[in-house]
Amino acid sequence: MPGADKEADLTERIEAFLADLKRGGCGTGPIRGSGETARETTALLRKVTAQARWSSAGDLMEIIRKEGRRMTAAQPSETTVGNMVLRVLKIIREEYARSRGSSEETDQQESLHKLLTSGGLSEENFRQHFVHLKANVIEAINELLTELDGTTDNIAMQALEHIHSNEVIMTVGRSRTVEAFLKDAARKRKFHVIVAECAPFCQGHEMATNLSKTGIETTVIADAAIFAVMSRVNKVIIGTQTVLANGGLRAVNGTHTVALAARHHSTPLIVCAPMFKLSPQFPNEEDTFHKFVSPHEVLPFTEGEILSKVNVHCPVFDM
Amino acid sequence: MADCGEPDGPDNKDNITRSKNEGKELTKEEKQRLRKQKKQQKKQKERKDEKGPSETEKEKTPVSLLPPRPVATQKAPSALPAPASAPIPVPASAPFHSSPTPSPADKPAKSKAELKAERRARQETDRASKQPGSSSSSIKTKAPLSELNPVVKRLPEHVQVDDPAVVKRLAKKLERQQIPLRSDYGYKVSLFSHLHQYSRKAPLTQQLSIPSTVIHPSIVRLGLQYSQGIVAGSNARSVALLHAFKQVIRDYTTPPNEELSRDLVNKLKPYISFLNQCRPLSASMGNAIKYIKKEISNIPSQCKEEEAKTKLLQCIDRYIEEKIVLAAKAISKYAIEKISDGDIILVYGCSSLVNHILCEAFEKSRKFRVIVVDSRPRLEGREALRRLVQRGISCTYVLISALSYILPEVSKVFLGAHALLANGYVMSRVGTSQIALVARTFNVPVLVCCETYKFCERVQTDSFVSNELDDPDDLMVTRKGKTQLENWQDVSSLGLLNLVYDVTPPDFVDLVITDLGMIPCTSVPVVLRVKNLDQ
Repeated sequence: MPGADKEADLTERIEAFLADLKRGGCGTGPIRGSGETARETTALLRKVTAQARWSSAGDLMEIIRKEGRRMTAAQPSETTVGNMVLRVLKIIREEYARSRGSSEETDQQESLHKLLTSGGLSEENFRQHFVHLKANVIEAINELLTELDGTTDNIAMQALEHIHSNEVIMTVGRSRTVEAFLKDAARKRKFHVIVAECAPFCQGHEMATNLSKTGIETTVIADAAIFAVMSRVNKVIIGTQTVLANGGLRAVNGTHTVALAARHHSTPLIVCAPMFKLSPQFPNEEDTFHKFVSPHEVLPFTEGEILSKVNVHCPVFDM
Repeated sequence: MADCGEPDGPDNKDNITRSKNEGKELTKEEKQRLRKQKKQQKKQKERKDEKGPSETEKEKTPVSLLPPRPVATQKAPSALPAPASAPIPVPASAPFHSSPTPSPADKPAKSKAELKAERRARQETDRASKQPGSSSSSIKTKAPLSELNPVVKRLPEHVQVDDPAVVKRLAKKLERQQIPLRSDYGYKVSLFSHLHQYSRKAPLTQQLSIPSTVIHPSIVRLGLQYSQGIVAGSNARSVALLHAFKQVIRDYTTPPNEELSRDLVNKLKPYISFLNQCRPLSASMGNAIKYIKKEISNIPSQCKEEEAKTKLLQCIDRYIEEKIVLAAKAISKYAIEKISDGDIILVYGCSSLVNHILCEAFEKSRKFRVIVVDSRPRLEGREALRRLVQRGISCTYVLISALSYILPEVSKVFLGAHALLANGYVMSRVGTSQIALVARTFNVPVLVCCETYKFCERVQTDSFVSNELDDPDDLMVTRKGKTQLENWQDVSSLGLLNLVYDVTPPDFVDLVITDLGMIPCTSVPVVLRVKNLDQ
């Protein structure tokens, strides 16, 4: 039956995606960028919307929530997955509301008013069936996808507003957004970039080679020299993995040190983050979201005789 | 005197070049002859120049052109910090802002020789005015200054790599001492173009001619050990240096008609230049060398050679014993008071002193844990880790990027220092300032341990003006068979920076533990002053 085939196909794709997430996140550092993850998640959710069987918005939301929970469980540190799921849910709600005919603003006002006055459960239980809901939702998800594709370019277009000529800019590790940002600015301005390699994965090296190929003056420094050279830096531009609800960042290891050094020298710190990295998670305490990878990057197995007596830590992210 | 050098000219030159090529040390006579020849050439050039347009100069100084006959003219020297030492090379093109009291506006542009003449005259008058009883009025205001030796700060050569005159001067000096000059390697980041950057793969010893009787073999070995990083760490380097010097003294014999005190010091000069070329001297090594030179020059001339040598050897042993070994004991005594049970102590890199302290504390059965922080590319922390684990201390190991993760559990930070500068800044391995900064943010006390012989009179506020650039190839790393920066030389806009030292401001440091006690960072100049008075 074609329907069953499609379903099997769908589950297969979801499984493949989950496996990829699990594998991609640990071991040798993220080999897939957050942008790709976001795009794949959205594409997958679109497929789910298209192929799964549902009759009303409520069912669809249940299905998506279930899938979303599985995906976030596969790789909890990859918050873009969760963010995208939330966006899609919001789209569904909006489409539903639009189909019902009520405009969004009054709806929101109403709901607040309703919350205060009625105090009971909202009547919105998304049970109504609309014929065009599926098409609308899929269309909206497509819009989301095009938006995702354009985020890096949108950010890069603002580069010239922030970088003047003959500046010294410091960046940490590797971020595709920052790379595009700097490359765009380099077309018109001449400046100097200092890249701090990020031990133990040393992604800064790749960033430096990419930047220098476009003719930007680049220097690679070791992590330990960040404070030493900070006095000559005019701006610090970094990318991040997630922007948390309190404005904090979860970024690559060593970013906290960079931020402290920048504050000491009163250097402005700019973070380039596309909107799919904004997350509603709230860090209640410092330790909640850490992720570790195999410490063999830090202390290789060749140091065998002391390994058993030593604790080794290798956190991937900094808060 | 002026003539005896001339007729032998060509013969002498042959002899000298021949012995240079053979690597033999120039005898004293040959060196003197060289010096005289150079003076002749200079004089001849000046005589030729002076025959050019020589206007009526306000000072009657045609005589004073021939150095150095002090002409006590009544001319008031203009207020110039005139360089007092004549052998500063005349080709130094630094525009001497010669504003003599005869206003240059009236006269036609003076020729270079005339300016030189005026300068010489001024130098002579300065020198003459050093004697009391000179009558020039404005000299009196300058008198206190000139009595103190008009001080022109001589910058060390190794921070003036971007000045071609200085580099030339160094090359000439090394040629005289028959030491090869090491060439820089790789693209230097523009902020650091005033420093040397060498490659470890091209050690200096490959350029030495064989046989070389100029440099003692133990010094050659030492230089190689320094440049390859086999001997590293300021205490280790100083001790190795002193042992090598002991060997040199043992093998030394005074040549006839020479005094041991003067000749030995001169012998040591090329060794020191050689070691400097292999790896720039550290502050501790500089202090040790000063001490040795002082001891050597204090040897009375009647002393017999054997006696003098044993005395020197004893001095060196005593220095090592006092300043390094006993100091370490004293410091650990103070430091152990600061370690309490249940502490979690953070250390950075491999400092022999801090390792010593921790081992002593462990032996006195304090219960503590150690976190060793390490950084690329030197990864010295692994060595410290090995040493501590062998003693049985429980350790944790992280890289410096994990610092803000690990600091909340730390109770104290112990750091070693390479030198303590006179304005309270701590010069230490690169990364130390970062640790102090983050520790201060988390309100963790930072204690620096440093012996007094590492105190240094220099002043530095940032890590750029004087630093050491290590081999940039060390930053490359091969992961999964791919080396990202493999061809960094080919890409013109890519530079690698491998700093060795950085300076930590004193407000990040809570306490400095020295063999004189526990002092705040800002008391370093006081200690220096007291030490100078003692000596």
